Amino acid sequence: MSEASPVKAYALHAGVIAFLFVLSFVLPAYYHGLLARILVLAVFAMGYNMLFGYVGLLSLGHAMFFSVGLYGAGLAVIHLGWSVPLAFLGGIACGAALAVVIGLLALRTTGVAFMIVTMMFAQVFYLVILYFASWTGGDQGMVVPQPARVLTFGATSLDLTDPTVRYMTALVLFSVVLLITLAIVRSRYGRVLVAIRENEERTRMLGYNTFSNKLAAIVVSGAICAASGAAYALLFGYVGSSFASVQYSILPLLWVLLGGAATTLGPLIGTLFMYYVTDVTSAYTSAYLLIVGIALIALVLFFPKGILGSLRQRWLGWLP
Amino acid sequence: MHFGPHLLLAALEGLVTSAVLALTALGLSLVFGVMRVVNVAHGEFFMLGAVLAWAITTAIGGHPALGFLAALVISPLIVGGIALVAERLVLRRLDYNPEATIVATIGMLYIIQQLALTFYGPEARPVEPPFTYRILLPWFGYSGYKLSVIATSALLLVATWLVLTRTRIGLVMRATQYDSETAQAFGIPVDRVYGGVFALGAVLAAIAAVLIVPISQAHYLMGQDPLLLSFIVVIIGGLGSLRGTIVAALLIGMSDGIISMFFSPTLAKIIATLLVAMVLVFRPQGLFGTAAR
Repeated sequence: MSEASPVKAYALHAGVIAFLFVLSFVLPAYYHGLLARILVLAVFAMGYNMLFGYVGLLSLGHAMFFSVGLYGAGLAVIHLGWSVPLAFLGGIACGAALAVVIGLLALRTTGVAFMIVTMMFAQVFYLVILYFASWTGGDQGMVVPQPARVLTFGATSLDLTDPTVRYMTALVLFSVVLLITLAIVRSRYGRVLVAIRENEERTRMLGYNTFSNKLAAIVVSGAICAASGAAYALLFGYVGSSFASVQYSILPLLWVLLGGAATTLGPLIGTLFMYYVTDVTSAYTSAYLLIVGIALIALVLFFPKGILGSLRQRWLGWLP
Repeated sequence: MHFGPHLLLAALEGLVTSAVLALTALGLSLVFGVMRVVNVAHGEFFMLGAVLAWAITTAIGGHPALGFLAALVISPLIVGGIALVAERLVLRRLDYNPEATIVATIGMLYIIQQLALTFYGPEARPVEPPFTYRILLPWFGYSGYKLSVIATSALLLVATWLVLTRTRIGLVMRATQYDSETAQAFGIPVDRVYGGVFALGAVLAAIAAVLIVPISQAHYLMGQDPLLLSFIVVIIGGLGSLRGTIVAALLIGMSDGIISMFFSPTLAKIIATLLVAMVLVFRPQGLFGTAAR
């Protein structure tokens, strides 16, 4: 994270966004749809990376932030008839509010206890969704009706079920979140977070309030993950309890580890790569979880810095 | 049935749950206490024990007691062997770093679960109990096998406690738990102790599973509930405290049996999980444990 080349870093990110924009016109339909989904899930991974990569807090319960956005937006449309932008903001607000509560409680613990506590809160959230099945649809989930998934600006309206609109909306969300992360990471606040990760005691001694900084990081991370969940509900039209299960707390961890923790583009690379591997291997085996398991173990054993983390260490010291 | 006998039945069912839970949680607690490793794959060792028990009883055939006894010996040994290999190949190389090992054991969880699904299949399969004697109480008949599960578990718990407190092996384990560096300096092969403890934890889970499988059936997802409940027990009882683990297992098992007889099981789980998370937040040393050093 050297000071030398902010231009290089911004150019790289702009280049990635431009490349993804061009891809929309080149890709065949199947990959086009898949990439839209990956972009939304990469936002989830970026939210996770905010906390895990930069603050060093390993949460095993981020599925609850994703699914609170998912349900917050989805149920607002289904039951309350909210418009798309309002439901999206509602989903984010739910995520931020939940993150404040969880942060206040979970930050009293550290290390292994933090992981278990976040996992348990996520489990409670999952069970609550199942318990209130009459509103949430339980493990069957619910479909967000197609007519409701329309963005209206005055006279023009955009149908979010249209593949191109969907891809572009996902790309806009992804780009905004990517630039926000980049800005946070390069800011004073971002440096304080890294300082907390490296040595919390020393940071406190230097006069920083580590608790409120960590709490703010959880709220930002929760809001980003909720934004991803809300977008998922509105773009793909389905809310279901499987998104709140433990597996969806593990997946962002896997994506971030694979792409490289504490790198701004790592979450995208990790999500993309994992989906690609799953897609290729699904031709030979249905044992998806086996691949996830082997990938997790192989990563922590041989490749703890992930793809971009290793690149940064060897050649690209300027990579944010 | 009147309320009294109903409660008695719930309490008996709760005791069976507690007995099996205490064994499973003891395994988790030992691994955490001695190695400081949170073994998320613990529930899968439990599941593996049950699935292997089914495979062994089916392969042997003949009188159910014969197959069951063989399963009770062979299945935990195989599971312990698998755990030992996993420990040597993965956990040791991670130098028992708490965060890395948690990620690695999550990986093991997925691998074991998927392999069980591939080779065993998605069906739930029963194992015949070794005997089907029913004890007739004035209000209802109760399965003698379930009572024998309680007795066996109690016996095994006492045996483990004796090993831990009265033998050289136990002394070595406690020394490692107390201060691994000093233990190493006094010539204790800490590395081998870790391997043994991890295998022992898996063996305890597998024994618990073999005991419960004639009551509940073997299924590839059956490890999830025991994992969560064991976590709860270990946390309530105080991380790494043996006595606390057993008391908490009784508490959780009994209340689980009684609550889920009168309320929705999902609601019971929500309340229990939330309460435990709060215990961990506000009293991290557990309800019965002493403050962490």
